[in-house]
Amino acid sequence: MSILTLDNLTKNFGGLMAVDHVSLSVEEGEILGLIGPNGSGKTTIFNLINQYFPVSEGKVFFNGTDITHKKTHEIAKIGIGRTFQKVRPLKRLTVEDNVMAAAFARESTFAGARSVAREVLKFCNLDSSSMLLAGSLPIGGRKRLEIAKALATRPKLILLDETAAGLNPGELDEAIGIIKKIRDELGITVLIVEHIIKVIMTLSDRIHAIAHGATIAEGTPEHVAKNPTVIESYLGSDYNVEDHLNV
Amino acid sequence: MEEKKTKLLDVSKTEWIILASAIVMPFIFDFSPYIQGLLIFILLWVILGSSWNLLAGFTGQVSFGHAAFFGMGAYAAAIPMLHFKISPWWGLLTGGLAAVILGYLLGVLVFRLRGPYLALGTLASGEILRLVFGEEEWLTNGHVGILYMTTWVSKYPYYFIALALAVCALISVKLVMKSKAGFYFLSIREDEDAAEALGIDTKKYKNVSMAISTFWAGTAGAFYMIYMGFIDPEVVFALHNISIITILVGIIGGVGTIWGPAIGALIMVFVQELFRSAIFGIAPQWVSGLHALIFGVLVIIVILYLPGGVVGDWKLLLKKLKLSKSLEVSK
Repeated sequence: MSILTLDNLTKNFGGLMAVDHVSLSVEEGEILGLIGPNGSGKTTIFNLINQYFPVSEGKVFFNGTDITHKKTHEIAKIGIGRTFQKVRPLKRLTVEDNVMAAAFARESTFAGARSVAREVLKFCNLDSSSMLLAGSLPIGGRKRLEIAKALATRPKLILLDETAAGLNPGELDEAIGIIKKIRDELGITVLIVEHIIKVIMTLSDRIHAIAHGATIAEGTPEHVAKNPTVIESYLGSDYNVEDHLNV
Repeated sequence: MEEKKTKLLDVSKTEWIILASAIVMPFIFDFSPYIQGLLIFILLWVILGSSWNLLAGFTGQVSFGHAAFFGMGAYAAAIPMLHFKISPWWGLLTGGLAAVILGYLLGVLVFRLRGPYLALGTLASGEILRLVFGEEEWLTNGHVGILYMTTWVSKYPYYFIALALAVCALISVKLVMKSKAGFYFLSIREDEDAAEALGIDTKKYKNVSMAISTFWAGTAGAFYMIYMGFIDPEVVFALHNISIITILVGIIGGVGTIWGPAIGALIMVFVQELFRSAIFGIAPQWVSGLHALIFGVLVIIVILYLPGGVVGDWKLLLKKLKLSKSLEVSK
């Protein structure tokens, strides 16, 4: 059963079609990769799903319910967590307090929120820095804090917006490991936007490719990577998919 | 890891000592009415400062118009007395509530704004109320003000009432900041949009913060009316003497700290009186006009060197004092 369905989702900013009739569905328990060149509308799709921007046309369904006109905080409450590409830690709070603030979405007591926060921080390998101010974390830690905050709201579906961008190779493997665990151990469905081919190819069950706001291909990673339109618009015409599949 | 038990209300030893000495002090020392009056004003500023600090310091919604709620509380105590001979003491209950209602209505308008625009919106709100309460003479007696024969001549009963109110205000802030709402306030301060993505109803929690904040500001206003026995719009809705001083108390003491407004109130009243009395009459008379200037300079120094205020940057302050001491020694 599909947990999230976008039905002809459209967003125009004045005359610009940022998202142009995109339809896709995310199946429960899968990792769906969303790819596309810069400016193709990936983050805008995320912003439409959790209602940062009002939808111009089309609909968003979550578990069969229409959530197109709900408020951002209601979307988080019904079980869609998200991370931000440009990380947004609550800088003057400690790492633990950041995650606790998120955990209060499902917990009402201080002790309950704290135990959820500690559990999630351990999951994201952040337990050693839990008492640091979030603003003092290096970028790798901040990216993981984004994931931790989203997880602490106990989502059924998590939207990851370039959580691997700007990481060094070691941090990259750590991030891939965590995202895998999110699906395999926590059973949370993942919709991931990513530019790093290694990440998207290793993690995704299926890939949805867009360019200029419109769908250009969808299918298994191998299938999409061989699609001539995708290669032309995104990967570059001299891209050889075999180089990247066995990572 | 050592697991500390979370008590509902953590009261440190220092806090108990401060409270105990505040209660005992009047019985030991024979304070002059002048000193008693100053102590009451300090407590009044603790309430008002804590009120502002919850909204601005912890929730990040900087208000430049807290006089609106202070004045509303004062008039909520005074108007029923003026028209229906109802004791203004009821104001200790109704003053806070009236301010909460006003706060909610203003919130509907000003919470659409953020940052400096919100500050300007609240500033305008305070000024509008000052003008309205000055003009609507049928209701408020206008600029003539409202007079009330105070209940007691002695200041001590007022001191203890103010102390009780200040303690309650501090406790309420402490409790709230340990709760879900407190975490939500801080999240809103740090990043309103990111807070929404965490499932926080930012609109609702800004109103919650506003309600608690305005309740204490209104209560402080009602107490002022009962204690002083006279109010007029220029006094209780004053922009510089109430709204701005409230902010300065918060900034000097430490924005976003529980004890900041208390320390700020102490410093503010001390500096104000020191200069108003021309340093106890030692300095020439013109010095007494300097208190506002000195206070302004103090705020600039705090913002430049102790951005967290005396409480927030306590360690930094100690370090700086030590450093200057060791420099003197080495010379």
